Amino acid sequence: MAANNTPQTMAQKILAYHCGRDYVNTGELINASLDLVLGNDITMPLAIEEFKKIGVGRVFDDKKIAIVPDHFTPNKDIKSAQQCKFVRNFAKNQDIKNYFEIGQMGIEHALLPEKGLVLPGDLVIGADSHTCTYGALGAASTGVGSTDVAVAMATGSAWFMVPESIKFEYSGSLKPWVTGKDLILYTIGLIGVDGALYMSMEFTGTVIKNLSMDSRFTMCNMAIEAGGKFGIMEVDSKTEEFVKPRASRPFKIFRSDNGANYYKHYEIDCSKIELQVAKPHLPSNAANAKDLSNISIDQAVIGSCTNGRIEDLRIAAEIFAGRKVDNTVRAIIIPATQNIYLEALEKGYIKTFVESGCVVSTPTCGPCLGGHMGILAEGERAVSTTNRNFVGRMGHPKSEVYLSGPAVAAASAIMGRIAVPEEVL
Amino acid sequence: MIIRDKVIKYGNNVDTDVIIPARYLNTTDEAELASHCFEDLDPDFSKKLKDRKIIVAGDNFGCGSSREHAPISIKASGVKLIIAKTFARIFFRNAINIGLPVIPDAIAASNINDGDELEVDLDSGFIKNITSKKQFKINPVPEFIQGIISSGGYINYTKTKLKTNK
Ligand code: SF4
Repeated sequence: MAANNTPQTMAQKILAYHCGRDYVNTGELINASLDLVLGNDITMPLAIEEFKKIGVGRVFDDKKIAIVPDHFTPNKDIKSAQQCKFVRNFAKNQDIKNYFEIGQMGIEHALLPEKGLVLPGDLVIGADSHTCTYGALGAASTGVGSTDVAVAMATGSAWFMVPESIKFEYSGSLKPWVTGKDLILYTIGLIGVDGALYMSMEFTGTVIKNLSMDSRFTMCNMAIEAGGKFGIMEVDSKTEEFVKPRASRPFKIFRSDNGANYYKHYEIDCSKIELQVAKPHLPSNAANAKDLSNISIDQAVIGSCTNGRIEDLRIAAEIFAGRKVDNTVRAIIIPATQNIYLEALEKGYIKTFVESGCVVSTPTCGPCLGGHMGILAEGERAVSTTNRNFVGRMGHPKSEVYLSGPAVAAASAIMGRIAVPEEVL
Repeated sequence: MIIRDKVIKYGNNVDTDVIIPARYLNTTDEAELASHCFEDLDPDFSKKLKDRKIIVAGDNFGCGSSREHAPISIKASGVKLIIAKTFARIFFRNAINIGLPVIPDAIAASNINDGDELEVDLDSGFIKNITSKKQFKINPVPEFIQGIISSGGYINYTKTKLKTNK
């Protein structure tokens, strides 16, 4: 048995803390208590059906469950409306405090940090694979299925295998327009879609320190696209600045120990990273955007839990300002939350988008998962700031999605083909 | 438990969007989900199911979205077992939680071809490829996970546990 003073990664420490221990070994199976349990309009109906089978009657804590109907809302069809009604009734009957109806809701992974519901040191599960987003706050959070959420709603706990960690250290200075999205697409391109299978991806280095919170969320959001269990970052002054005005309970900061054991260590020099695009049909098909200028597009989407935050909209607005969307392209902008929408409105970004010929949608997952609000027809191609470009992800199985950051998506909408900002500015 | 059946084989990185596309996620009805299982990857899947009920795949099976509808649609189509070189973690978890047997085994998975007939003994941990006459020993399943599977899934397991704790 390892002694209590054996160096640990922050992932180990958070898991140990939540099962009442000082130390956990990688590979160990543990049962740990949770700070928050999340579900949405797709995964919650199943979770509720399973929860009812357990027979406990009430959820373990009506303040530690978050329900965000964001995928097919505002309801796209009768079946979705039925599902949302089912979820809404459950939230009402169980007196769930963090149920977010249309008008307050946003895309779950943008909304929960904004509301201060996830804090540093938390252990969170969500029936949504991109629950790993909150690692940007120094929390251990991961996606699970509906049955796990059902059990967690009943017991307040979940089983975990303590993951090994991979350290990614980013140094150098970023090229113009390069953001967290380019760094993470580059990283997934480097290690592949299963390069971090079952592992915690710990992002560190001078570049991360200088990165905005929005870009940090973007990076942790896509850890799952490399198979990762957590995408996690150490808490610094920027994190605290973000968290403090939002937090309504105390939180705990965990740091990886010097000498902690890492499965692998990547050192990435960011000075040479160009604006990235992931070609169909895997997020690991990373390429330099400037090498893809022969790819024409039918649609550009700027939004999602990956890139629907204010930084993304600001970048897009800078590029769209005074320019027009190409007449062969449908450009769809989706602010991720009501607050982001409002801020974009106040800053004049929404006006810029509309004048350029973009449509601006209420917060929703919408086209990201081929739900609604911008489905692709056979043979169509989109550039999108979302996180997945699998076969059929945005619509017809014979359509294509190219993943990018907001700068490339905006420039491409203007050019009608994949483009970098320098080509339009 | 012994499973004897023939194999439908797929490649690497079979994601949950092709297992069950998001456009069908507006229901939790198992039969309806099953009717769309794999339709974007393999339109002949339902035909193949007539005499083949084991799926064998490459790396990272079930990557992508956490939708439990994916293992549910597979299980409800009548598939008895999935063997893959590796599984994506959420899919793996979900399959165990709903009681769909999954075996991660790189050597076995690379030595099984489309259409092969297998006999798999989940208790003693053996895969017999009847077609090629090869045999594989599978890694033992952790006790805790065995407990979930033998209870018939995580819900039943939890129910029993809550009762005994009372
Ligand atoms: S925006 Fe896309 S990836 Fe994010 S939660 Fe919604 S569907 Fe999932």
